[in-house]
Amino acid sequence: MVTWLLSGDKPRSAILAALLIVILVCLAGAPFLFPGVRSLETAATICIFIVLAASYDLLLGYSGIVSFAHTMFFGLGAYGVALGTTHLGRSFGALATGTLAGALAAAALAFLIGLFSLRVRAIFFAMITLAVASAVAVLVSQLSNITGGEDGLSYRIPRVLTPAFRPFDEEVLGIRFTGKIINYYLVFFSCFALFLVMLRVVNSPFGRVLQAIRENDFRAEAIGYRVVRYRTTATCLSAAVAALAGAIYAIWLRYVGPDTTLSFEIMLDILLMVVIGGMGTMYGAVIGATIFVLAQNYLQNLMGAASEATHSLPLIPELLSADRWLMWLGVLFILSVYFFPTGVVGRLRAGR
Amino acid sequence: MSDPILTLKNVHTDIAQYHILHGVDLEVPRGQVTMLLGRNGVGKTTTLRTVIGHWQARAGSVFFDGQDITALPTPARARAGIGFVPEDMGIFTDLTVEENMVLAASSAPLDPARLDWIFAAFPPLKTFWDSEAGNLSGGQKQMLSIARAMAEERKLYLIDEPTKGLAPAIVSTMARALKDLKNQGASILLVEQNFSVAKALGDSVAVMDDGKVIWTGAMAELAGSAELQDTLMGLSMEAH
Repeated sequence: MVTWLLSGDKPRSAILAALLIVILVCLAGAPFLFPGVRSLETAATICIFIVLAASYDLLLGYSGIVSFAHTMFFGLGAYGVALGTTHLGRSFGALATGTLAGALAAAALAFLIGLFSLRVRAIFFAMITLAVASAVAVLVSQLSNITGGEDGLSYRIPRVLTPAFRPFDEEVLGIRFTGKIINYYLVFFSCFALFLVMLRVVNSPFGRVLQAIRENDFRAEAIGYRVVRYRTTATCLSAAVAALAGAIYAIWLRYVGPDTTLSFEIMLDILLMVVIGGMGTMYGAVIGATIFVLAQNYLQNLMGAASEATHSLPLIPELLSADRWLMWLGVLFILSVYFFPTGVVGRLRAGR
Repeated sequence: MSDPILTLKNVHTDIAQYHILHGVDLEVPRGQVTMLLGRNGVGKTTTLRTVIGHWQARAGSVFFDGQDITALPTPARARAGIGFVPEDMGIFTDLTVEENMVLAASSAPLDPARLDWIFAAFPPLKTFWDSEAGNLSGGQKQMLSIARAMAEERKLYLIDEPTKGLAPAIVSTMARALKDLKNQGASILLVEQNFSVAKALGDSVAVMDDGKVIWTGAMAELAGSAELQDTLMGLSMEAH
């Protein structure tokens, strides 16, 4: 059953398997294991970024395609939900329509970009995606009457998914059960299902051809595979999944804006998640996204505590000051790339 | 005699600014092994790559199985029935031997009987079936490279220096497998520097020099004349 769910792609490392189980259990039980708004926000962000990073891994790790337009697709999904629910009203139908429209728009745009630019060399494709993503970001910020511009859009989602909805008067397992928790489980199960779908895709014959193309595109062509067609399909699929992740994020946040979905910073975050976790492994996205989001959210607190604990020592409290958390995050990434060039998953699998 | 499986007519190919093939005329008969011989750098590999479409011919025509394929992209040529084994093997090192073979049978699932035949020719492939191809030895990688071309029945096999850099024991395994392929009636265009292998396998020969085919004839004729070998290739191939 587990093998079937994982499409035969087992972790192939006891430590990795243990890590994945811990992450899965923590995310599945997050509302009860770590009660509190902030931890629930962190858990939902981890779920969404796992899918986003996994969809990017399909491109970068499995197909060898470097794209800088991934946040654009993420944003398309998010804006799809925002516009859908703004114009069609507060209903699940509006959410579904917005999600579907966002995913289709992302796939269509990816198809166009792929068709025109996947024939050229990888570096040109990367540049083209960068240009299109920048253009879309500018467009979104300028079309403020539709997109809300730099302020973004806030909208109402069905009440059953909001903190105002309280199905039980009593506490459940020690916490007050609200619509936010239902919303969290919508995020969790959607992301879990999407991740399993991605795992299935990369382990299908289609995924194997992508890997073959990544390694030697001419050989794949000489066997009879149309490389551009496969690359374009992978780009569309990856864009659609990124848009779905964006839609889930929009449902969770009840807000979209250029900073939360379209910024280049998020693009760099995804890239780092995939590289740190391990490219071409899918599980790397899980590990990378979890480490990254946890570091983003808790490194500052951890450093503040460390700074206080060492207040009697010279210099060290200054270095560990909570204000310097970004610098230490950078140091952490440099070290992890240096010591795990094949990513955490690559390293764990090699050490089996 | 039936029409040739492959015909090149006055083919010119450029690689970047270099004019490599200067009007190649070549016929590969059906059901025979045609050896493409010549010194290094005369255009043998470029000829094979022009046939599979890696390099497009700037002028001239390539006919395969009666069809003009000069303008076709590489995947279409492969699907038309041309199998290609490049000099650098080009196996997919991140995939397992099995995955390499499954991918190679691009039009249908692997035929078990054909797989048994491949295992008989190259026993190590069965042993390392689940291993990543990148972990194979050089000889085993070459076996996989040829086995991949054999995964499906092809109308024509283009094979570029299959014994290059291999240990003598592996060369004989390779030669046996190619002989087996030949005995099944396959049409093969083979570039081979090892003359004893070439002699054992070849039915006909095309010798290239300076981007052209300068001599064609029967293998027996070339093998029987050291003088001809000297004239055509500037060295006696018996030395190999």
